[in-house]
Amino acid sequence: MKAAVVVFPGSNREGDMARALTLATGRQPAMLWHADHELPAGTDLVVLPGGFSYGDYLRCGAIAGRAAIMDAVRAHAARGGLVLGVCNGFQILCESGLLPGVLMRNANLRFVCRMQHLRVERNDAAFTRHYARGQIIEVCIAHGEGNYEADDATIERLEGEGLVAFRYCDSAGNVGGDANPNGSRNDIAGIYSDGRNVLGLMPHPENLIDPLVGGTDGRALFESLASAA
Amino acid sequence: MKARVLVTLKSGILDPQGKAIEGALKSLGVEGVASVRQGKVFDVELAGADANAAKAQLQTACEKLLANTVIENYQIDV
Repeated sequence: MKAAVVVFPGSNREGDMARALTLATGRQPAMLWHADHELPAGTDLVVLPGGFSYGDYLRCGAIAGRAAIMDAVRAHAARGGLVLGVCNGFQILCESGLLPGVLMRNANLRFVCRMQHLRVERNDAAFTRHYARGQIIEVCIAHGEGNYEADDATIERLEGEGLVAFRYCDSAGNVGGDANPNGSRNDIAGIYSDGRNVLGLMPHPENLIDPLVGGTDGRALFESLASAA
Repeated sequence: MKARVLVTLKSGILDPQGKAIEGALKSLGVEGVASVRQGKVFDVELAGADANAAKAQLQTACEKLLANTVIENYQIDV
């Protein structure tokens, strides 16, 4: 598994992401700059990390979504290559057209930073094979704009085609109510592209890989990726 | 040439910021406010002098960057 992490001005989770990838794959990811035009030859996985690219100016992820490197990322995805976007990376994927919909301001207008349970909706994607289907995992969230919104037809398509990757839930797996931290439609925490080779999610699995910091429920995502290529 | 681009949320899209401003206006005693929706204004200076060309350029700018047409409408005034 050859991974590459794209760093934009204002990214701040690239170090955590590189650590999680290194731990799972046994090799350090390439670190790419937003102004690069090419991915290193043989790249299997491109990761867009969290942060505040371009200071969240205009809209979260809007300017990063149009950065030079994104043409190479789009071409990689079109070839069936794996792309993972976490938090601001998810916002960038939506703004770049790689995933449908948009992440709006949290419904309660608060930046939410806390532990959060998620339900793994399917475990037959390259990102989730090391989880069980329907498994409840606990990871962390830290965002002000994670309220997933799309038109009704898009939501219907995501649900109908099994493209919802993770849903916010409580520790027992119940969705809705207080278990939804940001007002996301259908409690959506993460979605796949049509080919399920692109995943965007708001929570941070890369921060839950070490018992020292409160849990290891994020590790299986990286182990799944490590065994995918 | 100067132009102004207005970007507003489509109707039906929840606008939590607009709601918060609406609530703040009410709590300040500003009466008669039925609802508030927040948008963005871009004042753009263009090199050319042709209004139609300017409109076309700004439409490209809106489609490519200034507006997210999933949730936003735009209006161009040249």
